[in-house]
This record gives sequence, structure tokens and C-alpha cells, in this order.
Amino acid sequence: MKNLVILGAGTSGTMMSNHLVSKLPKKDWKITIIDQYKTHYYQPGFLFLPFDIYTTKQVKKNGKKFIPKDVNYIQEKIELIEPEENKVNLANGSTLEYDILIIATGAKIAPDEIEGMNGPEWYKSIFDFYTYEGAKALRNKLRTWEGGKLVVHITEMPIKCPVAPLEFAFLADSYFKNKGMRDKVDITYVTPLGGAFTKPKATKALHYLLEEKNIKEVTDFNIERVDYENNKIIDYADVEIEYDLLVTVPTNMGDALIERSGMGDDLNFVPTHKATLQTKAYENIFAIGDATNLPASKAGSVAHFEAEILTENILRFIKGEPLKEEFDGHANCFVETGNGKALLIDFNYTHEPVEGTFPIPGVGPLKLLKESRTNHMGKMAFRWIYWNMLIKGIHIPFVSATMNEKGKKFDKITN
Amino acid sequence: MKKFIANTEIDVNDEGYLTDFTQWNKDIGNELAKEQEIEMTDKHWEVIDYIHDKYKKEEPLSIRGIKKSGVINIKEFYALFPAGPLKKATLIAGIPKPKSCI
Repeated sequence: MKNLVILGAGTSGTMMSNHLVSKLPKKDWKITIIDQYKTHYYQPGFLFLPFDIYTTKQVKKNGKKFIPKDVNYIQEKIELIEPEENKVNLANGSTLEYDILIIATGAKIAPDEIEGMNGPEWYKSIFDFYTYEGAKALRNKLRTWEGGKLVVHITEMPIKCPVAPLEFAFLADSYFKNKGMRDKVDITYVTPLGGAFTKPKATKALHYLLEEKNIKEVTDFNIERVDYENNKIIDYADVEIEYDLLVTVPTNMGDALIERSGMGDDLNFVPTHKATLQTKAYENIFAIGDATNLPASKAGSVAHFEAEILTENILRFIKGEPLKEEFDGHANCFVETGNGKALLIDFNYTHEPVEGTFPIPGVGPLKLLKESRTNHMGKMAFRWIYWNMLIKGIHIPFVSATMNEKGKKFDKITN
Repeated sequence: MKKFIANTEIDVNDEGYLTDFTQWNKDIGNELAKEQEIEMTDKHWEVIDYIHDKYKKEEPLSIRGIKKSGVINIKEFYALFPAGPLKKATLIAGIPKPKSCI
């Protein structure tokens, strides 16, 4: 009997357990998945929680019910990976041996990385919305906030779902309009990048959104510290921005387990081959989702497409066949723009988001890079798809793991 | 679009970034720097070498990376490439500026 061990039961790990249980012969392979937490969060929902669009109940479920019964599910903290020994040590003192290991331990916020961020004002006037706790605390704050300077801020790249802070700014504009207090709120979007939009087509097609919603943009801002006593964020060029309410996306890092095991880069992400998902250091260890250092977006849709290709590659690895170099960085994301509308973007390592139709070329019904109510309904419907299809490894019709170039308006391949 | 610089024709995007790194050489880097009102010194080139190394390894560039690079500290980085140092240093290095997904 051989052992395949999956570390982490989030979006990627849960999907992999579902894919593999039907593909690996039960008489030969035992599949184990380990996660210390019992709750599975619908992370895209954290964007909506602060604005009372989703309830807390809609974004969390008991993770166990999504793990197939033929998979050995262990709820325990993982202490260490010993890749040279093919062993994983758990916090309860037990050890698991593996023939194949899949690292799906994700990424998390690290507000301690910036001086003054995780201090006395954390969850008082400084919030994140990338955690359940942060999104919920922010919801409670917004319910009674009387207005002032709202600063939506990205600390440094890479972050999970790079469009989420922009969506947050758009939804904040709608939220305060609906509350009849938009005139009391000044919204500023602060980014370390060269713009809120950084790709040429998206900038051209979408920059109007910032102007239309009166959202100010501060670019090239590399934060050095938060001066929480004087309500200011300060960057390395000594530029200061005042806030009354700071909604920040702190540094995102891979799990501390990766650092403890000596398997990560500066940010604890696992160096991984970008087309095969095999780790660079060990051929029997694979990584998926936010845990990797892939130059793709850290997003559920990327994990979803990766899972289909990784499943195929694990089967090939077992048979001793060459791995498929197929993952192209494909991501497909709805972007909320407020007022019941959304955009849809579809892109990969080499193609920037462009206009076109999705998922059926030339037909749609969804339109790429254009605001519409249908796209918003797509985003809302996606929560059902996530819980009922995506993490269970059920294929979503018409949506392929690699990007389809048909039905899209490319000038030429650039990035 | 085409651009003629340092006696060479190069391809650049709307913002002046090279679209084909293989066209880059040190003379082109020098001229691109001059257009940004930067006079290149040995220290500048050390930073460009570091950036090229990261680019070839497909590792993202960040201020954190600069901090840990051992080549330069962040205040010096800002002094060498004033106002948006990553944006300017990547332009001179002939590689794309740091981007998001949209």
C-alpha cells in the first residue's frame, strides 16, 4: 500500500482529494489529508461580508463534509515536513510517511511585517478583509462608522486575489451611496504598483470606474510603517497618507510550516515548476494553489485549473511517464464593480485580460472586460458552484483548464 | 512601437518598456536611464544585475526583495532611482514593470 498525503484542506487540497479518490486504485493507494482547522471558508465571500451582502453563515461550512469518505482526514496541526525522509510530523507527535506529497497550505496575511500595523489599532481603525475575523470586524465597524477618510491599501505583492482591494473600493462607494453618506466619505486607493490597473487593455477599458466613483489613486507607494498614533501610513519616500479608516491588505506569506521545513522562498512560498506543479527541490512533492511561487494569480480559479492538470500529472508520475507541461497560468475571475454590476476577466501567463465572450466563444453569455449585471449574477451564482461543484472536483461545463483563445480580441501576444 | 536608441532599433510598449528583452544591452540601458534623468554608476549597474537575475529566475520583484538583496538598502534604492524606483529600474533593465492581473 502506498501513501499520498495532502497538506491543507482548503480550496486546493479539498479539490485534489476529490479528484484523486476516483482516480487512484483503492487497493494500492491510501489518500490522507491533514488540516488543523475544521472550518472551510468560502474566501471570495470575505469581500462581501464587510458590506452586509453576505452573512457569516454563507461563507463557512464544516470542511469535513467536502472530503470524500474514502480519504483519511486528520484534523491536526502539521509540525514539520522532512522531505529527505519522506515524512510529515504532526503536532500530536505522530509521523506520516508518504510516497507522494501535495503541499496545499495556502497563503495568509502577515500584518506583523509592517511596523505599527498589527498594533493597538488593529481591528479598531486598521482592518484587513482577507480573514474571516478581519472581514467580520470590519463589517461591525462599517455599520456604525460616520465617515471620513477611507484608505484602501495594498502592502506588497504578491497577494491573494489581486483585484479584491479594487473591488472593495468599488463596493465601498456603492455601500456609502446606499446609506446616503457618500459625501461624508473620501475613498483613496493606495498601491505599490504603477496604477490601480497595470495592464494596458484593462487600464484603457476600466480606468473610468475610478473617476466615475470618485476614488482617488495613489501609486508607487511602498509602505514603510503605519503611524497609528497620528493615523498615517508612510512610505520609503516619506510620502504620508492620512486615514480615519485603513483597510489594508497586509503582506501575504506562505504557511510558517514551509519556513520551518526549509522549503520556501523569502515569503515562504514553495518554488514550483510553473507548467507541471512539481516542486523544484523534490520530484515526489507537488504544490498547488496559493502555496506555490508560481507567477500566476493567487486565486481559487487558478487552483481549480491547476487541480485538473496536477491530477493528470500525479497519475503520470505514478506510471513513470513524463509530466505534462500544461499549466498556462489560466485565471478566470469576476470583478465586482458595485451597483449590482461586475466584470469578468480571463487571462494566463502570457495573455493579458482582453474583451470578448465567455465561456462559449462568440456567444457568451458572459462578456469579458465589460461591466454587466449578468456578470454580477455570475459572481453571485459562483458561491453555489464553489460549494456544490468546484471543491468537489465536478467539472464546470465549457470551462477548460487552459485558456481558450477563441472569442477573444487579441491584438498580439504580449505581457 | 519602434524606438531608435543607442544606434539600435528596439521595440517598446506605450510606456517605453522594452517588449523583447533580447534586444537589450548596456548602451541601451544607459540611454534609457538618461531619458529618466539618471546617470548610471557602478552601484546602479549592481542593482540592474540583481534585477536581471530575478527576471531570469522568474521571481517577482519587490521592495522586500531589494531589502534582502544584500546589494542595496531601500533608502539608497530610492536615492538611485527617485520616485517609483522599481518602475524606473525595470524600465532601464529592459524588463516589464511589476504588474497585477488586471
